[in-house]
Amino acid sequence: MATPILETRNLTKYFKTARGNLHAVDDINLSIEKGKTLGVVGESGCGKSTLGRVILRLIEATGGEILFEGKDLRTLNARQMEGMRQQLQIIFQDPFSSLNPRLSVSEIITDPIRTNKLLTGKAEIQERVVELMHTVGLSDRFINAYPHELDGGRRQRIGVARALALNPKFIVCDEPVSALDVSIQAQILNLMMDLQEQRELTYLFITHDMSVVKHISNQIMVMYMGQCVEVSPTEELFEQPMHPYTQALLSAIPVPKLQRDRKRRHLVRGEVTSPVNPLPGCRFAARCPHARPECTGEVIPLTERGPGHFVSCVLPVR
Amino acid sequence: MEHLLEIKNLHVIYRGDEATVHAVNGLDFTLDRGATLGLVGETGAGKTTTALSVMRLLPDRIGTIEEGQILLDGIDITKASEGDMRVLRGSLVSMIFQDPMTSLNPTIRVGEQVGEVLELHRKDLSKEEIEKKVDEIFQLVGLPAERKMDYPHQFSGGMRQRIVIAIALACEPKLLLADEPTTALDVTIQAQVLDLMQELKEKLNTSTILITHDLGIVAETCDQVAIMYAGEIIEIGLAEDIFEAEDHHPYTVGLFGSIPDLSKKERRLHPIDGMMPDPSDLPSGCKFHTRCPRAAEQCSLQAQPLYQRGTHGIRCRLYADWEKQQ
Repeated sequence: MATPILETRNLTKYFKTARGNLHAVDDINLSIEKGKTLGVVGESGCGKSTLGRVILRLIEATGGEILFEGKDLRTLNARQMEGMRQQLQIIFQDPFSSLNPRLSVSEIITDPIRTNKLLTGKAEIQERVVELMHTVGLSDRFINAYPHELDGGRRQRIGVARALALNPKFIVCDEPVSALDVSIQAQILNLMMDLQEQRELTYLFITHDMSVVKHISNQIMVMYMGQCVEVSPTEELFEQPMHPYTQALLSAIPVPKLQRDRKRRHLVRGEVTSPVNPLPGCRFAARCPHARPECTGEVIPLTERGPGHFVSCVLPVR
Repeated sequence: MEHLLEIKNLHVIYRGDEATVHAVNGLDFTLDRGATLGLVGETGAGKTTTALSVMRLLPDRIGTIEEGQILLDGIDITKASEGDMRVLRGSLVSMIFQDPMTSLNPTIRVGEQVGEVLELHRKDLSKEEIEKKVDEIFQLVGLPAERKMDYPHQFSGGMRQRIVIAIALACEPKLLLADEPTTALDVTIQAQVLDLMQELKEKLNTSTILITHDLGIVAETCDQVAIMYAGEIIEIGLAEDIFEAEDHHPYTVGLFGSIPDLSKKERRLHPIDGMMPDPSDLPSGCKFHTRCPRAAEQCSLQAQPLYQRGTHGIRCRLYADWEKQQ
């Protein structure tokens, strides 16, 4: 196996709340190879966005290591981290609130270039902005436009251009297409895959949409209440989902095909609660159709059930 | 009378200071009793405007029905007075909105919000009977009745949407308009809510118009499908026509091509080029011709009628050999 560009070891983030510690990210170990995409899926509140932000140190972790090209980001001081940020970028979910409404398109894209003093000449910067806009498929007639003048798809392209401005190696994509219509969503996904190929970018792709994540990822991690319950190569996960939660997630996706027999889905009962001072054991047990006494009381480790396919569940392979 | 709802040549505009937005441009469809119609389209296609027209809830002075008829259970809604509408809303037709976070009043106990509909429409019921009915409805949508004393913020998204459904169905309306009822919910919760809606529909024999952009949901729940683009229906038919027939409007083809298919291994998606046209400045002729891969010169010149074959209708010159409507 090639050496991973990004790895986390026992990464945790607890938030202090009035009721106790909320385990938003709990003991996450992941590794992504250069030029690949790790998809992180889960429902709202499972800690997937927090994970993305903790990795970029936009939120400070409670414990664990974040190794980027072998260096632990958590040991860097503020200045070193600032330099490192050129390599690490993020694309946000909502193209409506992640762009400053008072800056023009060119100012938004120039901002990171100026901050990092990548280029200094006015003409040079201008040239770079136009180049970036073309890369993401934006016509340069929008160069002086303001975000409110553009539609969602174009705004998200600006978000992508801004993330690319510093030639990063690693990008956290936090639900980059969730706010967009399907036809526009497909345009942005294609763009992101093209860019990955051209520039050997590495993505951590956070989403709740299983069909999107299947499309773009090489590997998928399923999160539930702060923990990783299953991680596997993409194909394998869809062919043989092993954790009952993954199975429920997959069977809940409405498929755009008519089904004569209208087979019943594996419906899971109940809803996600927040993991405040959780007890050891499987956090899905309360909703799990296969729950048994062994599920609670002890920490259930991730075990390898197939090449690269790890599951944290007491059930034997079915 | 066969049809519960019949919309004929509906035109709706929004008048702004600078521009007039043509949101719905000549909409025609009928809905049978007990049937579910999926109204599909992207943002700005006019789906919600259509539903708001049926509810007569278009924004005052800005949105107006310019032309056309909406016959609901034999009553022409476009001519009804506001007083008549107050009686009809909730009892004959009700609506579920997209966002369960904002469609409930945060300062009123949820039980009261469900009871309010009954108080308004069922004057024959006493206070105790209403209380009893509220308990029943809570049970019907799968919520424990003792939680009726709670406020909306004490519920999760999925439970709030159940309360919204309870309010909509309290008086057993004949028509339910569901505007993206599950878009704000997680998939496992979405599956629960869709199942609930299906179950209630069978129990109460309610006709439903389900507004969504998710073709997967449509395939699972709808009998009929209408696909909207720029305020027009560009393709309509039974679910079989849309999901299994060979012939489609180029926009429908693009819409299906944009969805990542779970069963295929192909990496690249086939999206539709370009963007939805500006509804205040719609292109001439076929409104899709600017983005259509199969556009010919005549497409920009002449608007197309709906061509019909059996239950399947398509608004495109490629199907000009089918039977012409109107």
